[in-house]
Amino acid sequence: MSQKQFMQNPWSNWMKGEGPDSDIVISTRLRIARNLRQHPFPLLATDSQGEEVVRKVTEVSDSEAMRKRHQLQVIHMDQINPLEKRVLVEKHLISPHLAEESRKGAVLLREDESVSIMVNEEDHIRIQVLLPGFRLNEAWEIGTKIDDIFEKNLNYAFDETRGYLTSCPTNVGTGIRASVMLHLPALVMTQQISRILQAINQVGLVVRGIYGEGSEALGNLFQLSNQVTLGMSESDILSNLYGVARQIIEQERVARTYLLEHTRVSLEDRIFRSYGILMYARTVESKEAAQRLSDVRLGIDLGIIPDVSPLVLNELLVTTQPGFLQHHAGQKLTPDQRDERRARLIRERLRVVESQE
Amino acid sequence: MNCEECGKRPATLHLTKIVNGEKTEYHICEQCAHEKGDVFTGFHNFSINNLLSGLLKFDPMQKNGRETATNKPLQCETCGLTYSQFSKSGRFGCSDCYTFLGDRLDPLFRRIHGNTQHSGKVPERMGGKLKIRKELEQLKQALQSHVASEEFEKAAEMRDRIRALEQKMAQS
Repeated sequence: MSQKQFMQNPWSNWMKGEGPDSDIVISTRLRIARNLRQHPFPLLATDSQGEEVVRKVTEVSDSEAMRKRHQLQVIHMDQINPLEKRVLVEKHLISPHLAEESRKGAVLLREDESVSIMVNEEDHIRIQVLLPGFRLNEAWEIGTKIDDIFEKNLNYAFDETRGYLTSCPTNVGTGIRASVMLHLPALVMTQQISRILQAINQVGLVVRGIYGEGSEALGNLFQLSNQVTLGMSESDILSNLYGVARQIIEQERVARTYLLEHTRVSLEDRIFRSYGILMYARTVESKEAAQRLSDVRLGIDLGIIPDVSPLVLNELLVTTQPGFLQHHAGQKLTPDQRDERRARLIRERLRVVESQE
Repeated sequence: MNCEECGKRPATLHLTKIVNGEKTEYHICEQCAHEKGDVFTGFHNFSINNLLSGLLKFDPMQKNGRETATNKPLQCETCGLTYSQFSKSGRFGCSDCYTFLGDRLDPLFRRIHGNTQHSGKVPERMGGKLKIRKELEQLKQALQSHVASEEFEKAAEMRDRIRALEQKMAQS
C-alpha cells in the first residue's frame, strides 16, 4: 500500500468487526515498548542519534526474517504534513505524541494496518498490534514474535532486576500495555459504569477514553488496559485483563437484556431518534455524532435496527473525526464546516447502506 | 480575544506549550478544544507527568537529607540526567539511568507497580545464566509440588534436571 493509501483508506483491519464478542469489544490492542542499549532515549537524543535508531530499526524490518511474516512500510514523520499525521492518529496507528512531539519519529506499517511499529516515540521501539474483537492472546503472539526478530538483531536495554528498560517508569518490566476498546452503552444508561470503573482501579487496571490517556470516553467507548508492568509476567497481565474484561462484557449483556425487557419503548425511542437525526441532520458536532452513532450501534446489536451493518459505524467513527474530514476535503475547515461535512458524510453512508438492503 | 481556531467565539482556554525552550501560546474556545480533543498538543502527557513528579516530590529519602550528605547530586554518568531533573520530568534519559539512580527508584516502582522485580519475558540472547536461573526456580517449585503430592518418581526426575542445570550454571 502506498503512503497515500494509508491516509485515504478509512479501513483498518481493526474496524472489520469480525472478532469474538465484537458486539461489545471493538478492538484489542497490544503495545510492547523496547529500547536500544547505548542510545539515549528519544527525549534526550539529538537528531543524528535519532536517525541512527531509525536506520537500525528499519534495517531489521527489511531483514528476511521480518519480511517473511510482515511487509512493513516506513513513514517518516518529517515527511508527512500535520493533517496526514492526524489521520494516522485517528486510525489509532500512531500516538498523538509521535505525531506532534517526536523528533526523527517514524512508523513502520503493515499493509492491513494490524501492526504498526513506532520509532522514537517515547521509547525507541513501540510495537503495536491492533485486532478487531476480543483477541488478547493472538495479539500477544503476533507482538512477541516481532519482538523476537528485533531482539535477535538489536541490543535491547534489559536489566535482570528491572526487565525491559523504558523512558517512563510506568512501563518498565514487561513494557507491555494491553487494552480492549469496549462499547458499554447499557452500563452507562443504567448508571452502573462509575461503580465498575472504581472497582477496576483496584485491580491494577485502568480505563481511558478512546484516544488514550486524558481523553474522554466519547460515544460510550472505554479503553480498558493494564497499569502494572513490573513484577507480573506477560501471561499474568493478559489473563488479569482478560478476566476483568470478560466480567464487564457479561455485565453489559445483562444490562442490555434488562433495558430491552423493562424499558423497551423508551430504548427504541432513543435509538430511533438518534437514527433519525443521523439520517436527516444538516450539521452534527463530533461529540453528538459519537453519542448518536453509539445509540445506532446498540440498536443494531439488539436487532432493533436490522438493516445497517455495524461495520459502517466503525468506519464512521474514524471518518467523522476532524483530521479525516479535513484530509478528505483537501483543505483546512472551520468547526462549522466540519459539522456540516460530518452530517453529510453520515447521511450518505447510512443511505447507501439502506438502499443496498 | 476570539478563538484562534474558529475566530468566532471568545477564547476561554489559554495554553502555553514549551518545546526545547520555544514557547507557543494557544487561545481557543471550549468548543474547539473539545473538537480537537485529546489530539490537541499538551493535554495528553499532562496528567501522567504531573502525577509522577507529584509522587517523587514526596520521596521520604529526600527529607532525611541523604542526598546532601554526600554533597554530590545523584546523577546518571552516561547521559548526565540528575535525580532532581528526573523527578521533574518523570522520564529517564537513557537505560543507564536505572543503574545510576539505582536504589532511589525502588519506592517509586513500589508505588506505581507494587513491585520492584521483573518477572516476565527475558531476551533470548541476554539469556545465559538468567534463563537458567529462571528455569531452576520453576523446577524447584515443580519439585516441591511433586513431593507434596507424593509423586516421587516425578520429583526424582526434577531433582536430576536441577542438578544438571546447576552443573551447567557452574561451568558457564
